[in-house]
Amino acid sequence: MNLDLLRPEICLAVTAIVVIAVDLFFRHKLLVTITSIVGLLVSFGMAISLIGSHELSVGNGLFILDNYAIYFKFLFLGIACLVILASTDYVKRLQNLHGEFHALLLTATLGAMLTATAQDIIAMLLSIELTAISLYALVAMLKNSKSSESAVKYLLLGAVNSAILLFGLALVFGFSGSTSLLDIAQTVSSIQVGNIADNAGLIFGLVLILAGFAFKIAVVPFHMWAPDVYEGAPTPITLFLSTVSKIAGFSILVRFLLTGFSLPESLSNNWGVILAVVSAITMTAGNLLALTQHNIKRLLAYSSIAQSGYMLIAVATMGIGSFHTISSSSLLYYLTAFAVAEVAVFTVIIIASKHKDNDDIADYAGLAKQSPLLACAMTLGLLSLMGLPPLVGFMGKLYVFSQAVQHDLLWLVIIAVVNSVISACYYLKIIRAIWVDAPASADNIRSSFAPKAVLLIACAGILLFGILPSILISGTEWGADLISGIWEFFR
Amino acid sequence: MDIGLTHYLVLSVLLFGVGLYGVLSRRNAVVILMCIELMLNAANLTLVAFSRYIFFYGQAIVIFSLVIAAAEVSVGLATIITFYRQRKNIDIKNINLLKW
Repeated sequence: MNLDLLRPEICLAVTAIVVIAVDLFFRHKLLVTITSIVGLLVSFGMAISLIGSHELSVGNGLFILDNYAIYFKFLFLGIACLVILASTDYVKRLQNLHGEFHALLLTATLGAMLTATAQDIIAMLLSIELTAISLYALVAMLKNSKSSESAVKYLLLGAVNSAILLFGLALVFGFSGSTSLLDIAQTVSSIQVGNIADNAGLIFGLVLILAGFAFKIAVVPFHMWAPDVYEGAPTPITLFLSTVSKIAGFSILVRFLLTGFSLPESLSNNWGVILAVVSAITMTAGNLLALTQHNIKRLLAYSSIAQSGYMLIAVATMGIGSFHTISSSSLLYYLTAFAVAEVAVFTVIIIASKHKDNDDIADYAGLAKQSPLLACAMTLGLLSLMGLPPLVGFMGKLYVFSQAVQHDLLWLVIIAVVNSVISACYYLKIIRAIWVDAPASADNIRSSFAPKAVLLIACAGILLFGILPSILISGTEWGADLISGIWEFFR
Repeated sequence: MDIGLTHYLVLSVLLFGVGLYGVLSRRNAVVILMCIELMLNAANLTLVAFSRYIFFYGQAIVIFSLVIAAAEVSVGLATIITFYRQRKNIDIKNINLLKW
């Protein structure tokens, strides 16, 4: 069973239980935070100890351990650590839900890590649901009218989505005869070209599953939940939703398509073209809808929908091209760049929202005079999301777009570049409010040390990975090695 | 007439459609949750039918999906209760604070 290869996940599950026990018996808030941070760091150390191991079948084939899975483990653990540190002040608003907040955040991270390692239908379903159900409860945690409304919306739409996903998985299981992605790949690769209509059940299942994943990563037309939920949720949870939950969706989308449905080539070309079209629609709709927003969390929700569109370019490139490794490396680079920038922007909102009544952009007027550190971090994050050199977002866009051009997706790249220009309008609107407009009050914004440290880490990441991209690229090229497993299997 | 796999698949697609229609047309949040259960059970029926006629171990997935459905409903009812405490009803036409 070699379950010891899942030790980071097991450690995280134990930590979640310990956090609840600590909260129950000691009622000491700082202790709960420290316990969860220590658990995340121990889990991180265990993930480091997994580097170099390569196992096709963990836990009777439910999971796989390759560089791709380990890369995502690092990413999720890192982001979860930053989210917990950034919310040390914010959690005081949750009154007596301190322990539950941390425990559920840990189980959501656990679900995301398992999602990235799953290679079996059952494991995929369970790990996706673990993340989703933890997040339903977290979104409702503020217990005010906006938070509970967004929780009901997220829950009802998310539950419909899991029913669709389950139905798709049932069909794929029934028509391919196995729950393991490797066995499904064998059945699918034996489909004769031109004979795809004979496997209508399988293709219908694939479409339903793609719809299920599209909901997780919030692409058009499955994006309607995102702005409402992002606006109503507690801000640390908004950060978690837009980074960990979305990246987990991408990790399983890529593994599912590349392992299960990359052969025959006519099939992978088909889903590549479909995803390219969806990506064009997604980024255009996201950017245009963001232009008219007044609430900063809602604006960032639409911006993150548009960013999903850019990420889908990389996935579409994988379907159309035959050279998967560099395309998936570009996706990993973009996901990491996006996550770092989102951490910077949302941490500023978390700190500032203590002093602002709601999250209107107008409330951020004159932030530069109230707190230069917050203003600088926000500006760096937004410029990186916009894709301005020499920041990390620019390198990410360059990497993804250059891959797409090499695989005959020039039309998509042109649409994406036009979209980047549109997105500059609303990003610059926030930046102008911060630096040019006069502040409503002159009092400084204070915060404790931990959120400031998160800001410094995120800014350092944005600058360092932007100026010296080779550091991150060597990591993503190492992490992009996911397809090798299936070739070994066929041999 | 022999009842075969196709009949079960058609039945489960119909059940799924009835559930989806209910989700889209009902106003009461708890009724919507019940319709979602119908959709999940349609998927379960597909799995059981496949395991009866072709692959034996489809039944195992049904156990997992039942557990997921139970967890989802318990969190769902709790969420609907917090919503009820804010608005004093669970009619989703009152979900109108957040839009566009």
